[in-house]
Amino acid sequence: MTQYLLNINPIAILVHAAIPLTIILVYALVAIWAERKVAGFIQDRLGPMRVGGWHGWAQSIADLLKLIQKEDIIPADSSRFLFKFAPFMMFAASYAAFAVIPFSSSYIGSNINIGVFYLLAVTSVLTLSIIMAGWASNNKWSLLGGMRSAAQLVSYEVPTIATVLTVIVVTGSLNLMTITEMQSGNDILGFLPNWLIFQNPFLLVAFVIFFISILAESHRVPFDLPESESELVAGYQTEYSGMRWAMFMLAEYADMLLLSLLGATLFFGGWNSPFGEFMSGPFWSFFWFMLKGLLLVFVMMWIRWTLPRYRVDQLMYICWSILIPLSFINLVLVALWEVIF
Amino acid sequence: MVEAFKNSWITFKSIFIGMGITIRHFFGKSVTLQYPDERPVLPNNARAKLYVNIDDCIGCNLCARACPVNCIYIDTVPSTSDVDLGKTSTGNPKRFWLTRFDIDMAKCMYCDLCVHPCPTNCIYMVSEYEYSEFNRTNLIYHFSNLEPAMVAEVKEKAANEAAEKQRQREEMMRKKAEEAKMKQIEAKKQAEEKNDGEKGSEPSKKENGDS
Repeated sequence: MTQYLLNINPIAILVHAAIPLTIILVYALVAIWAERKVAGFIQDRLGPMRVGGWHGWAQSIADLLKLIQKEDIIPADSSRFLFKFAPFMMFAASYAAFAVIPFSSSYIGSNINIGVFYLLAVTSVLTLSIIMAGWASNNKWSLLGGMRSAAQLVSYEVPTIATVLTVIVVTGSLNLMTITEMQSGNDILGFLPNWLIFQNPFLLVAFVIFFISILAESHRVPFDLPESESELVAGYQTEYSGMRWAMFMLAEYADMLLLSLLGATLFFGGWNSPFGEFMSGPFWSFFWFMLKGLLLVFVMMWIRWTLPRYRVDQLMYICWSILIPLSFINLVLVALWEVIF
Repeated sequence: MVEAFKNSWITFKSIFIGMGITIRHFFGKSVTLQYPDERPVLPNNARAKLYVNIDDCIGCNLCARACPVNCIYIDTVPSTSDVDLGKTSTGNPKRFWLTRFDIDMAKCMYCDLCVHPCPTNCIYMVSEYEYSEFNRTNLIYHFSNLEPAMVAEVKEKAANEAAEKQRQREEMMRKKAEEAKMKQIEAKKQAEEKNDGEKGSEPSKKENGDS
C-alpha cells in the first residue's frame, strides 16, 4: 500500500482532481443562471437580463463576487467547528463521488471495480453534513431541516439502491466505465442505440423510480424538505451566509449534476453517441455525456417550477409504500427477463 | 393496493399535464417590459401628473374646492383697472392675477375630480410619470408664472386701488350723507319757513287737541 502511494505522481493527482472540479465550478455558475432563466421563462418573465450583456450571462459571477466579499457570520451559540466544517464536508462528499464518473471514453478519475457502490456510499455523507449544519447552527429551523433530511435519507436511499441494482443485474458490473462500454453500438430494432433504457421495458420503470428518488436525494422540488423556504426559512442553511452558504449552493448543484450523470450512465449509455460511430471521439463522448446529464438537470429544473412540495409524511408514504415495493418487484421482473431472453 | 395504483396513475398523469403547461409557458412570450430601455405606451387619458395651463386660468378656485385632499393652493389678486389681463383661449375674461397656483403631487390621489369643474379646461392630467424626488417638498409644483417682485407690485397696486376705492366709496358715502343732511336741513328750513307763515293757526289746533 505505501509502495503504491509512493509511486503515484503528484502532478497526475492534481490534474485528476482539477478536471472534475473545473467541470463542477463552470457547471454550477451556468446552472444557477440557467435555473433562474428557466424559472423566469416558465413564469412568463425574463429572468436576469442586465449583468454582462447577453441575457445576463454574468449574473452568477457577479453573485459569487458578492458572496466572497460578505462577512463570515457565525452565530454566538453555535458549535463553531461543526458549523465551519459542514459546508466543506458537503461539497467534499459530492466532489469525491465525481471520481468514478466516466466523463469521456478516455477519461475517468478512478477506474475502480466498485464504482456505483462507492458513489452511493459517498453521497450519503452529504446528508450527514446537512444534519451537522442543522445541529451546529443552534437554530430551530436549521435543526428541523437537518432532521427532515435524515428522515428523507432513509426513505429515498432504498429505492435508489434497488433501481441501481436492477441495472447491475443486467450489466453484471459495478464499474461505471464497464457499464457504459456495454451500452455502445446501435443494435436495438436496427437503429436504436444499445442503451439500457431501450433494452428492457422494466428498466424504463426502473428509470422512473430512479429519477424520483434522485430528485429526493438531491433535495430538489418536490422533495426539497430540508430547505423548504416557505416553512423553514431556509432549513439547514438559515444561519449561513457569504462563502459558506455559497459552498452549500455549490454542493447542491454539484449533487444534482452528479446524480443526473449517474442516471445518464446507468440508463442512457453514458458517453456513447446516439449515432453509433458518428461523432464518437474522446471529445465528442464528453459532449454527449454532458448533454445527457444537463438534459436531466433541465428536467429537474422544469419539475421544480411545476410541482408543489410534498409533506414529510407524503414523502415517506411515496418512498416506503410505493417506490420500495415497486422497485423490488421490478428487480425480480428484470432478473426474470434476463434469465428468459 | 388497487386504490394506491389508481392514485399513483392519477398523480402521474397530472404531473405530465402540469409539465405540459409549464413547457408551453417556457417557450411562450414573456410579458416583462425592460423598463428603462422599454416604456409602456400609456392611454391618452392616463392619470399620472397634474398640469395647469396657467395662461388659461381665470383664478375661479373651483378646482381647489373640488379637491378631496386639498392639494391645490390658489391665491389670487384682483387686477387693477389700468391693466387688461386679456381673455383665455375659451373666451373668458381674466380678472385675477394668480400670485400662487401650487399643486402638491405628494398629496394628490389622481382622482381627476379637479379636472372636470374647470370652466376653461386649463387643469388636466398628463401621462408623464417619472417625477420621483428625494425631497418631498420638490413634489410641490408651482404653476404661477409671476415673479416675486411682480407679485409684490401687483399686490401693492391692488391694495392701493382697493384703498382708493374704499376711500372713494367713503367719500361717496360721506357726500351722500352730507347731501342727505343738507336735504334734511333744507327741509327743516322750509318747514320752519312754512311754520312761520302759518303761526296763527297752529296754537288753535293745539288747543283743540287738549280739549
